Amino acid sequence: MYSDKVMEHFRNPRNVGTFETPDGVGEVGNPQCGDMMKIGIMVGDDTIKDIRFQTLGCAAAIATSSIITEMAKGMKLEEAEKLTRDDVAEALDGLPAAKMHCSNLAADALREAIKNFRETHK
Amino acid sequence: MKPQLIYLDHAATTPMDVAVHREMGQYCCLFFGNPATLYSLGLKSNEAVEQARAAMAKLLGCSPDEVYFTSGGTESDNWALQGIAFSRQDKGKHIITSAIEHHAVLETCEFLKKLGFEITTVPVDSKALIDPADVKKAVRKDTILISIMHANNEVGTVEPVAEIGKIAREAGVTFHTDAVQSVGKIPTDVNALGVDLLSLSAHKFYGPKGVGAMYLRKGTRIQRFMHGGGQERNKRAGTHNVQGIVGLGAAAKLATEHMAEDAERLRKLAARLREGLVASIPDLRVNGALDRQLPGMVHVCVEGVEGEAMLLCLDGEDICVSSGSACTTGSLDPSHVLLAMGMPAEVAHGSVRFSMGRHNTEEEIDRVLAVFPPIVKKLRAMSPTYKRTTPLPATLTRHEHDHGSHD
Repeated sequence: MYSDKVMEHFRNPRNVGTFETPDGVGEVGNPQCGDMMKIGIMVGDDTIKDIRFQTLGCAAAIATSSIITEMAKGMKLEEAEKLTRDDVAEALDGLPAAKMHCSNLAADALREAIKNFRETHK
Repeated sequence: MKPQLIYLDHAATTPMDVAVHREMGQYCCLFFGNPATLYSLGLKSNEAVEQARAAMAKLLGCSPDEVYFTSGGTESDNWALQGIAFSRQDKGKHIITSAIEHHAVLETCEFLKKLGFEITTVPVDSKALIDPADVKKAVRKDTILISIMHANNEVGTVEPVAEIGKIAREAGVTFHTDAVQSVGKIPTDVNALGVDLLSLSAHKFYGPKGVGAMYLRKGTRIQRFMHGGGQERNKRAGTHNVQGIVGLGAAAKLATEHMAEDAERLRKLAARLREGLVASIPDLRVNGALDRQLPGMVHVCVEGVEGEAMLLCLDGEDICVSSGSACTTGSLDPSHVLLAMGMPAEVAHGSVRFSMGRHNTEEEIDRVLAVFPPIVKKLRAMSPTYKRTTPLPATLTRHEHDHGSHD
């Protein structure tokens, strides 16, 4: 059902955790739906210097969170906020159709984190 | 099966017993005759089918001519509900069922509803137990059928079917039970249960997939479901699945011989697993009615973790279990059984079902107890909702946690 890449990220997720004082935090999802994602970023020079996530959810939810932290690290904010759900799914060699909507929230969480950074660092 | 695989999903299906497989074998290539034919090759098949019917009847405590072979539990449920509904619709169009039935019953009820039947769904309590008084209250003048499962497939609660049987008899209402999970595991004497129809499936008790049976009490009028030839006393058309039916009969015979012994062993294994999980995983909730549980069934909810993630981590350790989370039900909602028990969706998403069988050992249970707590710990460390979340060590790998310690 899942690609090898999804399973690899699910089994060995990158950049799990939180920051004591993050520059921006994005939280999406709802425990009622079974998926909840929180991404924290550290920013310098309009660039994502460090990024960590916490996710409650299925293998797809965890893998999408993990891979987006790899994709976004070192990216300019304006590039990072353009990352889409499709980009994330593609980077994982695809996701099952049923998971495209409910568990593919990482891009949304990252966008929320960048928005939160901009609002708090004017 | 790989020797290291630990299979704990017997409520989904069981491995076929080798003795069952051996008996079936000769009816595939050697004795392949159609049992409806009159030459000796056909008669040989017919004899095998009738022997299987007798073995099945013995397990159910009924007469062989009350056993009808079908393609499995789903067909039996469909036939029972539609067959009774269509043959009795002149008497009324009201059917009573429960909120925790298998989809084979619930979806058939939905279908009948579209045809103008009225369905009353009785609730369950937090242990998935049905109150017979609720069934009694639901009975009306135009009630033609009560369909209540014997044992629930998700949490393993054994329902008070005998009590409901008495209510049905007093009210003169036909009573069907879906006994797919209980046949071969606990006694299913149709007279003790007081049922008029019962559905069962071979692959849930070490028989082959694709074959099952329906018990139909003598004198109960029912419409055919499969139309065609005159097989099964003109009630269920279609050439007999001879090798499958032989397998069902062999499995029934084994169940008759081993049930008591298996049940006692499975209860002990389940207790070992349940107690071990409670002792090693904080914020874990055990579901079901422990005093009315199918032997070998353990159902838990793990706070702050999603079911599919746990299932796949266990699969990575070659341990097979199932979950009632949305991701595993194939819909956006968690299991209808867990929701009917009043469980909040976020709790139901963290459910795991362990269902043990005849071949499981204490060593296997101990391995699960060694492997599962660190999996939960790892997933909880990743979870933004689990209250005891602590930052994950940078080099966390599987196995490195000390077993049994609390977060």
